[in-house]
Amino acid sequence: MAIKEGATDAGLTAGASAGLLRGAWRSVFGSDLWYSFTRSKITVISGAITLVLVVSALLAPMISPQNPLDLSSLNLLDALDPPVWMEGGSFDYPLGTDGQGRDMLSAILFGARLSLIVGFASVVFALIMGVSLGLIAGYRGGIVDGIIMRFADVQLSFPAILIALLVDGIARSVLPHDLQDQIATYVLIIAIGVSGWVQFARTVRGSTMVEKSKEYVQAARVIGVHPIRIMLGHVLPNVTGPVMVIATIYLAVAIITEATLSFLGVGVPATQPSLGTLIRIGGNFLFSGEWWITLFPAVMLAVLVLAVNLLGDWLRDALNPKLR
Amino acid sequence: MIAFIIHRLVQSVAVMLVVALIAFALFNFVGDPINNMVGQDTTAIQRDQLRADLGLNDSVVVQFARFVGHAARGQFGLSYEQARPVSQLILEKMPATLELSLIAAAMALLAGLPMGVYTGLHREGFIARTMMAVSLIGVSLPTFLIGILLILIFAVVLGWLPSYGRGPVVQLGWWSTGLLSVDGWRAVILPAITLALFQMTLIMRLVRAEMLEVLRTDYIKFARARGLPNRVVNFGHALKNTMVPVITITGLQLGSIIAFSIITESVFQWPGMGLMFIQAVSFADIPVMSAYLVLIALFFVVINLVVDLLYYVVDPRLRINRDAAHGN
Repeated sequence: MAIKEGATDAGLTAGASAGLLRGAWRSVFGSDLWYSFTRSKITVISGAITLVLVVSALLAPMISPQNPLDLSSLNLLDALDPPVWMEGGSFDYPLGTDGQGRDMLSAILFGARLSLIVGFASVVFALIMGVSLGLIAGYRGGIVDGIIMRFADVQLSFPAILIALLVDGIARSVLPHDLQDQIATYVLIIAIGVSGWVQFARTVRGSTMVEKSKEYVQAARVIGVHPIRIMLGHVLPNVTGPVMVIATIYLAVAIITEATLSFLGVGVPATQPSLGTLIRIGGNFLFSGEWWITLFPAVMLAVLVLAVNLLGDWLRDALNPKLR
Repeated sequence: MIAFIIHRLVQSVAVMLVVALIAFALFNFVGDPINNMVGQDTTAIQRDQLRADLGLNDSVVVQFARFVGHAARGQFGLSYEQARPVSQLILEKMPATLELSLIAAAMALLAGLPMGVYTGLHREGFIARTMMAVSLIGVSLPTFLIGILLILIFAVVLGWLPSYGRGPVVQLGWWSTGLLSVDGWRAVILPAITLALFQMTLIMRLVRAEMLEVLRTDYIKFARARGLPNRVVNFGHALKNTMVPVITITGLQLGSIIAFSIITESVFQWPGMGLMFIQAVSFADIPVMSAYLVLIALFFVVINLVVDLLYYVVDPRLRINRDAAHGN
């Protein structure tokens, strides 16, 4: 619907941009989805939190007080400073510093940025892999379907974290040692993505099988449209709803998986700490009383995951026609 | 029925072979295991000797056949790092993991079931809403984070419980147990809670959903109309009918608990198979890694198989559906 409105608006030439803006405004803020969004307080709050976290993470290089990746800006004399409200804390480091004198606030912003980037990229990877395999399996059927879905079944019987660990471990051992730090992040994205494609594939396959038997697809086949075009141009737009829901929920899972792998020491390289790495490093200081090094990244991670999860829950209910 | 069992068995064997192939591929793709075993001053002749001893010079097919043959008998060769038989290492570590996993599973079931029933019966109540909100946190927070927070609160701030290790261990034959002393039980509390929390919230939400579903059915209404007391209706009629899916999911989750113990064991330095696996990953100790993988896959395949067969036996509707689908 939104696309159609935008298209007709774009057709008008005089005052087109104003009309386009108004049309876009109306199609976003006048939609059912926006209405159901504003109805739930928890959803609005988690939406706002997600927005703030994503924006501040993206702007981290600009807004953070210090660049934690720049070793020359660190001062070891400031190491292990407590947060500002405790004795010995200063406003230079509002959330304290870690063992290398890194400002925790900056480290957390940069860490969240990396966690979000890896999370989003893994979702995109899993989405592309899952949606294309699901489309092919559902559209072609037969033996292709059988092979793809058997693979999916086998993978689904193991926990995703184990698959991610396995893919990551294999990739690390196959790839040359000196390259590892540079490509560790990409390896991680692929590992998490591969561990998550099944959900997408199963949903898309199911919807595709339903859509395939409908008349518009039959008609497209009769007039000789190429199968790839039918899959991408006709079937895909009709299965996007559930895919969006899974993508949102999977974003939370991907962030958790990334944090867990980094916590276990097989995620992003230590030179580029993500939230999981920060928590792992902070764990070493837990017993000497420097709790802030662990707790602040942990809180950031928890809030981020919780907010995204709540958004996913809302989206699932809002797009579910049964609950309307 | 027999066709179904054979079908599932073949599937299970196929899965195990795929996992064995992956585990074996680890052997062949990973750089040079010899370099990981020996010191810098080992001569080339000594290296070649070791290579021949470990059978790394044979062809890929021979190595794979040997791998499967040995694996079927539980032999995975020598650990590169410790130069001891992997089977021995695993036997040493398995009791720790199994004790932790079983206690966590029992905890999850014993806490999750009543909470699920309660939230199902009093869905609008304050306590039920609080439980649901807390359970959302349990689902959302990563396992390792829960572990760290528990350590921070109960070990660092309050100082009540130990934060790492198993405590004193008593040897019973080949099984080492930490559950015969008070300190052993104290040591298991935090890791078990960490491991159980996710499963507990899962069971609670499942029981709640099933209870809500069942309470809406006609036979519950009739039971109430007959004037049966609430206790009988809720527990005798409603809860009983939610048990099939709950038992299934709990059974399936036992495998996940064992797999997730990787994370919990790393957080609490619990000397089990998960910690061994992570250490093996960082040392590139391939025999240990592949043995762990094959073992975990075996756990999963056996549990899935048993649960599937149980389901088939327990739920007559499923039997009819499946037979119809297969055209029998």
